[in-house]
Amino acid sequence: MQSFTVHTGIVATLARDNVDTDQIIPKQFLKRIERSGYGNVLFFDWRYDKEGNPDAAFPLNAPQYRGATILLAGKNFGCGSSREHAVWALRDYGFRAIIAPSFADIFANNCVKNGVLTVVLRPSEIAQLLARDAAGLYRLKIDLEQSQVSWNGGFQARFDIDPFFRSLLLEGLDEIGTTLKREAEITKFEQKRQAGL
Amino acid sequence: MKHMTARTLFDKIWDRHVVCTGPEGSSILYVDLHLVHEVTSPQAFEGLRQANRKVRRTDLTFATLDHNIPTTGDRMLLEDELARKQVEALRKNCRDFGVELFDLDAPEQGIVHVIGPELGLTQPGMTIVCGDSHTSTHGAFGALAFGIGTSEVEHVLATQCLVQKKPKSMQVRFAGSTGAGVTAKDLILALIAQIGIDGATGHVIEYVGEAIRALSMEARMTVCNMSIEGGARAGMIAPDQTTFDYLKGRKFAPQGLAWEKAIDDWRKLQTDAGAKFDSTVEINAAQIAPFVTWGTNPGMAAPVTGEVPDPDQGANDSERNGMARALEYMGLKAHTRIEDISVDRVFIGSCTNARLEDIRSAARVVKGYRISKSVQGMIVPGSQQVKRAAEKEGLDLIFTEAGFEWRESGCSMCLGMNADRLKPGERCASTSNRNFEGRQGVGGRTHLVSPAMAAAAAVAGRFVDVRNWHYKD
Repeated sequence: MQSFTVHTGIVATLARDNVDTDQIIPKQFLKRIERSGYGNVLFFDWRYDKEGNPDAAFPLNAPQYRGATILLAGKNFGCGSSREHAVWALRDYGFRAIIAPSFADIFANNCVKNGVLTVVLRPSEIAQLLARDAAGLYRLKIDLEQSQVSWNGGFQARFDIDPFFRSLLLEGLDEIGTTLKREAEITKFEQKRQAGL
Repeated sequence: MKHMTARTLFDKIWDRHVVCTGPEGSSILYVDLHLVHEVTSPQAFEGLRQANRKVRRTDLTFATLDHNIPTTGDRMLLEDELARKQVEALRKNCRDFGVELFDLDAPEQGIVHVIGPELGLTQPGMTIVCGDSHTSTHGAFGALAFGIGTSEVEHVLATQCLVQKKPKSMQVRFAGSTGAGVTAKDLILALIAQIGIDGATGHVIEYVGEAIRALSMEARMTVCNMSIEGGARAGMIAPDQTTFDYLKGRKFAPQGLAWEKAIDDWRKLQTDAGAKFDSTVEINAAQIAPFVTWGTNPGMAAPVTGEVPDPDQGANDSERNGMARALEYMGLKAHTRIEDISVDRVFIGSCTNARLEDIRSAARVVKGYRISKSVQGMIVPGSQQVKRAAEKEGLDLIFTEAGFEWRESGCSMCLGMNADRLKPGERCASTSNRNFEGRQGVGGRTHLVSPAMAAAAAVAGRFVDVRNWHYKD
C-alpha cells in the first residue's frame, strides 16, 4: 500500500452532502475484475452528459480543478454501498486525500486500505475553505505526522484521526502480512473454540 | 472469565471474538462466517494469488452468484459478456481455493443475505462479514454482521480475521405495537427519517421493544438490513424463541445434542440490565404509518398520508439545497400528496423484502385484482428456495394472473447491474433499500415502500394507503 506522510496539492470542491458511492461509481462499472482503471468513470452519471461529453455544470469539470489531488466534500461522504471501486476511482483520478465534515464508515475504511487519507474538519474550517475556493485556485498542504492542514500564510487546522488509521497510512503497511505474523495466536484461538472453552 | 460490569449484546459478541489486541487500540477480531459474491471478490482472490496466499478457512467461507446475473428463464446463457467474465472468475476462484459455491443452477442459489439465514449458516452470537453493506441483515439473529470492502474481503480470506476498532453502541427502542398494515419496512423507514442517513454512523444498533419482539424472523431481517441506510455499522436483535424456531432443522444449523447446547449458549446473548449504550433513540411504533420515500436517499421519507415537503422547510442551506435537488431529480413538486404520485413500474424483490412472507404479503393484496394498465410489475424472489415455496403455495399464479412478471432469484433491479433497470424518467414503487439517483437505472425515480404498499401501488397505479385496502381473500 502507498504510504501517506505529507502531501501538497490543488483542491477541488464538491459541496454536496450525502454523496453516495453509487454516484462516485455507478453500478455499470462494477463488472470489471481489475483493481485499477476506474479514474475515467469517476462520478460518471454526473460528470458526462448523454452524449458522453463532460458536463460543464458538474464542479469537477471546472478548468481550475485540473490536476486536483485533494477533494473537499460535503458531510457523510461515501455513504451507501460498500463498493471499494469508489475509492479505486477517486485514487485513479488522482485524489490522495478527501476533506469533509464527516464520512461514512465503510468508505473511510476502504480509503485507508488504499492509501487515501480522509480528513474530518469542523464546519467553521470547512466554511473557510469554501470561501477560499470561491476566490479561485488554491493548494493545501496536508501533514499527517502533524495532523495538520494548512496553506501558506493563512489557514491552519488540526484534525483528529484514529491512531490506527494514522499508523497504517504513515507506514503504508501490508495489513494482511501484519496480521499473518499473529498466526500463532489465531490458531490458538481456533483451538480454544474447537474445544468449547 | 467473569465480567463484573453489565454488558450489551454487542459487547458480549465482540468480547468472544477478540483474538488479541492489534496495533494502536485496534483488535484482531475472529470471523465465524464469510459470505462471498461475484462483484466484490475477484480483486481479493487475485490479491491472494499474487501474494501466494490461501483461504485460511474454506469451511467458514461460502459463495453465491446474485448481483449481476439475469433473472430471466434463459439466464444460464449469461449473454452480458462482462457479467459472464465476473461469474466465471468466481467459479474459477472457488475451484482454485476450495470454496463452496451455490452456482446459478444450484437449489440453494439466491441473494447472499437471503440464503445465509435460510440455510442456517447465520446463527446467533456469530461474527459475519461479506463484501456488501447489507450484511447487517444477519444481525436479526443476534449476530454481529457488517459489510466490508474488497481489501477486507482479502484480509478475511487470508486470515479469517479483521483488524477493527470497536464501534460505539446505540439502542433503538420501538415502544408500543404497530397497527395493521404497518410492516418492518415502515419501522425502519420511520427510524431513518427521524435520525437521518448518518444518524447512526460509527455505531452498532441494538433494536429492542415490544414492536421488535412481535416481529417474525423475516421481518427482523428487514429492519436490520436497512441499518446501514441510517449509517450504522451493524444492527442486531437479541435472539429469542422466534429465532430458535426459525433456525431449527435448517441445513447448516446444529443438530441433536449440539442443538441443545447451542440454544443454552444463545439464551445468554442478551443485553444485561443496566448495560450502558453510547446513545439511545425511542420511537412510538403505534404512531407509525406506512412510509413512502419521496427523495434520493432513504431518509427522505413521509407517511403515505402525508405530502412531499417544501425545501424551504429545510433546517439549513445545505439541507434546502439537497431537498431541492432531490425534488428536481424525482420530478416532484412540493406539497404534492403522496397518494397523488403515480407509478410506471413496481419492483418487489431485494435482500430487504424478497423473502416468503414478503411475497405472501404482496400476493394477498394482489389476489383477485389486475395491475394497472400503465404499470409494469416484476416479482423477483430472494432465492430459489423462496421461489419454490411460493410456487408451492400458488403465489406465482396470483401474480402472473394479475399481470406481474415472475422471475428467477437475484439482486435484480435493486441495483440494476443486470438487464432489470428503469428507463430515464420512469417512476418505480420498489421494496428495495436505496433510492439514490440512478440506482435502479440512469434517470430512474425510486420510491421505497413495503411489499404490501408496492403491490397496492401496482393495482391502483399510484400510491395508496394499504391500511384501507379491500382484500379479496
